[in-house]
Amino acid sequence: MRASDRVNELPGIGQTGRMPSVLPDGEPVPTSGELPSSALATLGGRPFGFYVHVPFCASRCGYCDFNTYTASELGSGASQSSYADTAIEEIRLARRVLGDADLSVSTVFFGGGTPTLLPPGDLVRILKAVHEEFGIDHDAEVTTEANPESVGPRELAALREGGINRISFGMQSARDHVLQVLDRRHTPGRAAQAVHDAKEAGFGHVNLDLIYGTPGETDDDWRASLEAAVAAGPDHVSAYSLIVETGTRLAARIRRGDLPMPDDDVAADRYLIADELLTKAGFSWYEVSNWATSEKARCRHNLLYWSGADWWGAGPGAHSHVGGVRWWNVKHPSAYAARLAQGHSPAHAREQTSAEERTLERVMLELRLVDGYPLDDLAKEVRPAAAKALAGGLLDVEAFKKGRAVLTLQGRLLADAVVRDLT
Amino acid sequence: MRTQTGQTDPALIRNFCIIAHIDHGKSTLADRMLQITGVVDDRSMRAQYLDRMDIERERGITIKSQAVRLPWNGHVLNMIDTPGHVDFTYEVSRSLQACEGAVLLVDAAQGIEAQTLANLYLAMNADLNIIPVLNKIDLPAAQPEKYAEELAGLIGCEPSDVLRVSGKTGVGVKELLDHVVDTIPAPVGDADAPARALIFDSVYDTYRGVVTYVRVMDGHLGKRERILMMSTKAQHETLEIGVISPEPLPSALGLGVGEVGYLITGVKDVRQSRVGDTVTSAAKPANDALGGYEHPRPMVYSGLYPIDGDDFPELREALDKLRLNDAALVYEPESSAALGFGFRCGFLGLLHMEIVRERLEREFNLALISTAPNVIYRVIMEDGTEHTVTNPSEFPEGKIAEIYEPTVKATVLAPAEFIGAIMELCQGRRGALQGMDYLSEDRVEIRYTLPLGEIIFDFFDQLKSKTRGYASLDYEPSGEQDSDLVKVDILLQGEAVDAFSAIVHREKAYAYGVDMAKKLKDLIPRQQFEVPIQAAIGARVIARENIRAIRKDVLAKCYGGDISRKRKLLEKQKEGKKRMKMVGRVEVPQEAFVAALSTDSSGAAEKAKK
Repeated sequence: MRASDRVNELPGIGQTGRMPSVLPDGEPVPTSGELPSSALATLGGRPFGFYVHVPFCASRCGYCDFNTYTASELGSGASQSSYADTAIEEIRLARRVLGDADLSVSTVFFGGGTPTLLPPGDLVRILKAVHEEFGIDHDAEVTTEANPESVGPRELAALREGGINRISFGMQSARDHVLQVLDRRHTPGRAAQAVHDAKEAGFGHVNLDLIYGTPGETDDDWRASLEAAVAAGPDHVSAYSLIVETGTRLAARIRRGDLPMPDDDVAADRYLIADELLTKAGFSWYEVSNWATSEKARCRHNLLYWSGADWWGAGPGAHSHVGGVRWWNVKHPSAYAARLAQGHSPAHAREQTSAEERTLERVMLELRLVDGYPLDDLAKEVRPAAAKALAGGLLDVEAFKKGRAVLTLQGRLLADAVVRDLT
Repeated sequence: MRTQTGQTDPALIRNFCIIAHIDHGKSTLADRMLQITGVVDDRSMRAQYLDRMDIERERGITIKSQAVRLPWNGHVLNMIDTPGHVDFTYEVSRSLQACEGAVLLVDAAQGIEAQTLANLYLAMNADLNIIPVLNKIDLPAAQPEKYAEELAGLIGCEPSDVLRVSGKTGVGVKELLDHVVDTIPAPVGDADAPARALIFDSVYDTYRGVVTYVRVMDGHLGKRERILMMSTKAQHETLEIGVISPEPLPSALGLGVGEVGYLITGVKDVRQSRVGDTVTSAAKPANDALGGYEHPRPMVYSGLYPIDGDDFPELREALDKLRLNDAALVYEPESSAALGFGFRCGFLGLLHMEIVRERLEREFNLALISTAPNVIYRVIMEDGTEHTVTNPSEFPEGKIAEIYEPTVKATVLAPAEFIGAIMELCQGRRGALQGMDYLSEDRVEIRYTLPLGEIIFDFFDQLKSKTRGYASLDYEPSGEQDSDLVKVDILLQGEAVDAFSAIVHREKAYAYGVDMAKKLKDLIPRQQFEVPIQAAIGARVIARENIRAIRKDVLAKCYGGDISRKRKLLEKQKEGKKRMKMVGRVEVPQEAFVAALSTDSSGAAEKAKK
């Protein structure tokens, strides 16, 4: 893939749960949000999670094309202060749509935007609503994203007190000049302080998000960022290659020639550096872009997405999946609030995946995981391609012997090519 | 009545054509003649009435000639339209053969152009009476004095003999018609002899089948008469016979000596009614055909391949249909390891090739790749065996004694200030200067012998750009020459890609190889392994580039469960992969073939830009 082709691809940055600003096409959804009975039939047989999108940011970062709004972009018809109540409306609707099935929630994730722009009490109220409607497991993983600069010890304590037990900070880089290109507002030392404060407040799991390949970043800058992240003591690190999205300020600056286009070979080098440094520091990769200090430290909510489980995504632009039906909400907070105020589902469109599509999704998601994909589940006609990937050093020999297609380090860098070959 | 079709008194007939360069206003002048003689009323007049095909109207050129019967002051004028391009020289010569006179039409702001000059020489050789005419005298930029002198010099008349008209405003057109009546001789033929009619055009019509345009030389052709085509010996019956004025007007009395008209026999293929052939009566055939018949001979070959391999049957069908209307088009199936199944097509020249390609794309909605055009080479081996090569892949292996390539005599007319640039261009294309003449103080005629293979690339475009559009070019075949030619192969990962092979002069092999390798390096996406690109003559590598292996082909991840989006992206990529052509292990996108091949031929390059 050429660098110039990447402009139209998926967002590569940001944290779990953030919504890309472009919604896929799909079929219409009834205003009640009612699901086909086939989708509900197997409900409860898989883990069930809840995602809550908080579509607000203090300012928009130059590389970001997620579905988030600053106060000035929001307009009338929606507000930060009434958002928690609106989201709670959708949680009540979720219960009606999903019926009486026993559906205890094993993971909750607040993503954004910047969830911590809301007062901690709002997030806690939303969480309570989920508990009231569905029941949250006693050992559930409850995560919120946060910008390092937007939370202090008091807020952290309140969040922890309210039942949130995992926090994910958008650190991105430890270098000032890199943060500036990304338009991030925090200072390089701020992330380490935030991790420290979070641990003090009693968070057992802390993630740091990093971005590599930013124009102007050197290998040494990247090493320094990784070292600073590791030194801060999180139990989870996500590292994403910067992808230039069309329509962002960053894309405009690159088009004008103010900044160079990120280079794929450089990104490959940075990935290798990340894997090397993180592995040395006691982290293991468990998904192409994710490393954790132990199995317990892995993000269960993300694993739920990747394993084809069910989840309800609440909030503007949020995506949901229940029993083979995927749907996504209207994007703008005003439209979202208006739908719910009328008692209607905020779903914009949905799709029912075919068997073939489900297979592609499964390979695409599971192959990126450290446990890989069972060889027996591969279609007969792609077996030779699997053997070729093995011979080419893209699949792990030991795992292959045990009947699984697991990417090697080189294979992780070419994961999409392997997925295309194996489907 | 002495002007009744079929019984027209030959003394009242004037048969003439108009020789003109593209853009010099022939069609507009013809439009005025139609109006002034009253055969078309103002209401049904449309611009360039006689140009039938869309492509003709859009490009402002006439591919197929036609003949219109015009009444004028008790006389019958037959205006025979002639194609204006070098590729159709033979058709021009047949149209001229059907006339006794020619109007030489020249833009008063531009002067005579090379193709017009060539056609003028054809007309003079055919002993036609020439009427020199300057057109567009209404233009502010017109220089009638200057160009009248130029024309007078060429024809050998006085500048005052040159008529001045404006096809646009109609000024001088009546006078021109009178002049035609006064100066062009009436046709002479033997009305009692067996019928002999010259076919000067043959057009396929979807509803009527082939419409054949003829000029009756001797005798008479009637309706419902068995006729004989003298070259093919084929017999048909004239279902309809008549004149065009300017719509078909059937004639119950047929066509007599000196008359020009059409006949329809129900045949569906123009090959059964060939330009230059003689039509006679089957019952009472003539002994000798009219002279000058030639079989059309392709000069330029190119492979045409559907971009979507599934379209091959459609391409075959489309070519079969085009062939009905184009006796010069030849093709046979061929297959390329790189491009799949297609056709090797032979054309009269570059314009003919472009027109065919454009019609295939436009009228039949086909997306095509055409390989770089090439000429016919004659390769003689040391053991004396001989090969005819119309495709680089047929180039023989082993010891070659001699290679012959076709040459042309090219004539360039241009303002004198461009002599240096033109000579530099021709020299660079292995041209040999044959002579140079001043047509006027500041206009020259430069004559070169050039290898045809050097002209079929971007010669004309280069000529135009080096002379700011002022030069015009004409060429005609002039035999062949022994040249030091080699075949350059392009190899991907050691495997030759047939579509990229080319036969070039040894001195140009290196430049071709370097250029192609560089282009492909930019056009072929990186693969999971390194891909060397080599240009080679036989086993000797003359240029090399490397496509480095791709190191990263992975997206960060799926966001917030928007799994659909990533799945759709992968599906799109998988679709794209299906459209790749495999060359060995290397996946080459179709676009790379199109782009790499197009820059070699000016026409295709322009299309790629669109």
